[in-house]
Amino acid sequence: MNVLPDLRRASLGQGQHYPMENTGCYNFLDPWYSFMAPQGAVHDMKHHEHALAAIEAFGLERHFGTTKAVDGVDLRVERGSVFGLLGPNGAGKTTLVRILATLLLPHAGTARVFGHDVVNEPDEVRSRISLTGQFASLDEDLTGSENLVMIARLYGFDRKAARERAMFLLDSFGLSDAADRQVKSFSGGMRRRIDIAASLVVTPDLIFLDEPTTGLDPRRRNQVWSIIRALAAAGTTVLLTTQYLDEADQLTDRIAVVDHGRIIAEGTSGELKAQVGNSALHVRVARAEQRQSALRVLENVLNTTVVPGNDAFSCHASVEDGAIAGDAMISLAKEGIEVTDFSLGRPSLDEVFLALTGTTATEEAHA
Amino acid sequence: MSTDLKQNSSNPGSGTTESQGTVTHEMLKQVLLTGTRPGRSGPLSASATFCWRALLKIKHVPEQMLDVTMFPIMFTLMFTFLFGGALAGSTAAYLQFLLPGILVQSIVFITVYTGFGINTDISKGIFDRIRSLPVWRPSAIVGALLADTVRYLIAASVILVLGFILGYRPEGGLAGVAFGVVLTLVFCFSVSWIWTLLGLVLRSPNSVMGVSMMILFPLTFASNIFVDPATMPPWLEAFVSVNPITLLVTSVRGAMDGALALGDVALTLAASLAFVVVFAPLTMFIYRRKH
Repeated sequence: MNVLPDLRRASLGQGQHYPMENTGCYNFLDPWYSFMAPQGAVHDMKHHEHALAAIEAFGLERHFGTTKAVDGVDLRVERGSVFGLLGPNGAGKTTLVRILATLLLPHAGTARVFGHDVVNEPDEVRSRISLTGQFASLDEDLTGSENLVMIARLYGFDRKAARERAMFLLDSFGLSDAADRQVKSFSGGMRRRIDIAASLVVTPDLIFLDEPTTGLDPRRRNQVWSIIRALAAAGTTVLLTTQYLDEADQLTDRIAVVDHGRIIAEGTSGELKAQVGNSALHVRVARAEQRQSALRVLENVLNTTVVPGNDAFSCHASVEDGAIAGDAMISLAKEGIEVTDFSLGRPSLDEVFLALTGTTATEEAHA
Repeated sequence: MSTDLKQNSSNPGSGTTESQGTVTHEMLKQVLLTGTRPGRSGPLSASATFCWRALLKIKHVPEQMLDVTMFPIMFTLMFTFLFGGALAGSTAAYLQFLLPGILVQSIVFITVYTGFGINTDISKGIFDRIRSLPVWRPSAIVGALLADTVRYLIAASVILVLGFILGYRPEGGLAGVAFGVVLTLVFCFSVSWIWTLLGLVLRSPNSVMGVSMMILFPLTFASNIFVDPATMPPWLEAFVSVNPITLLVTSVRGAMDGALALGDVALTLAASLAFVVVFAPLTMFIYRRKH
């Protein structure tokens, strides 16, 4: 703890710059610089455009045997943004992240991270990124502090500085009690936190979080969300994969929906929802034989496709305008259709998938 | 921002043993502000760090020390008292012949755990974390091998002390013994690159063990560890004489008996070098491409 004030003063002394500029790597690409230096402006602008994007990928492909895990992905993630890759299990999100994090070579296509090619300049890329994998990416036999000291030493901290950095991180992530316990004894939430702490030993320009909340209970999920929001607020670029629309919606600036190794839709969460319909309407009839007429009535009123649910009673539709749901309810009552459940809610990932692909995410995962 | 702070502080610990998970924006901001990258770690310091990690594992998982203590003791006792009388007339005479050989065999056998360890790492997330760090690539493996060398040294000490208690007296003196041990360590470090390769290629830690043992059993038994090859049929004697384990045993035996054969030592070192030259680049090639 006591090392902190000095370090902070030192980095603030450089001109109140926030972490992104701290690396000092991009001074020559700084927007102001190219703005003020008209000579060679075209050249500078080219670099400038590269520099603006944290990630740029074109036509990425990777297959395992006959399965195309990543099948022609184009991607652009702006600096300082939080970008979400949304898709069901097995959609290719992790493979895509592993290619971008230089852990896996693409079979086709190119990808650049802060302008550096992931295949030809892996070390340049590695020194700007951090990866928090789906599973605890730490040595389970070692203690929390030993793990962090090890990573700090590998980044080039000397012994003393590595220990101080580790203690500071454990403190900041509320893990100082667990510093001397083996990671294998950590709970799920603690693991996730120490995993993220391990990714912040050195401030990364880009952090990959692969399904950071999968398997966490709501309280611990909120903790992780809060960390991600803080990262974003501090200007770190975040690439997040998730299976939950809700999570992508809450945290990200832009979302790419991934399915069968392809990006099938991309945009802000507002844009995506506009494609899907703003709300999802769920209706459940009391008697199965009335569902057919319910479907007909609803299609008439809503003027959209209404899909029968998995059981014999329910049907679903996505609607642009929630107000129309009231009309639908009245029409159902007029036709004498008894309704046990009538709800209007936000679209789920399943509904996004249904709208975009015609199959639901859950069916996909089982396919 | 402030809403998050409230959200966090309204989430007091559940009273279990779990640490409090309150991470505030302010704290995180300080983490990010102070995470200035120091100069890159060099190959040596990175290897030393990985070596330190492997040594910590000895501290936390002491069971694994059975391999380097109990097994060598069992091997030495078993072979000395089982075969000593029959092969050399007396256990004392046989021990004098066997000890340098059993030293080599015990340590060569322990080398397979290197591949086992790497394969175990791959199945956990730590492998990805390590590979996404900007460090000298071979350092993870070199560091693990260096730590294994410490384990080999422990095994060697155990056998030498046991041998001394049983009556083994090296005519080459301390210097001869030290030379023999160092040569064995060099050889085992080199041979380990075969297992690192297997560790990367094979699917499970158990298959690594299986395949390694399949290679090691014929190599160690069809050698001059236990008997003088002169009594073997010509085809086997021919194999034994080119077996690198035989070269190593001859050198170690020579050194410990005080009759150092420089020719054999040179051949042993050449064989060691060959293992590294062939298997280290192969290992690193696979390591880079591993998915």
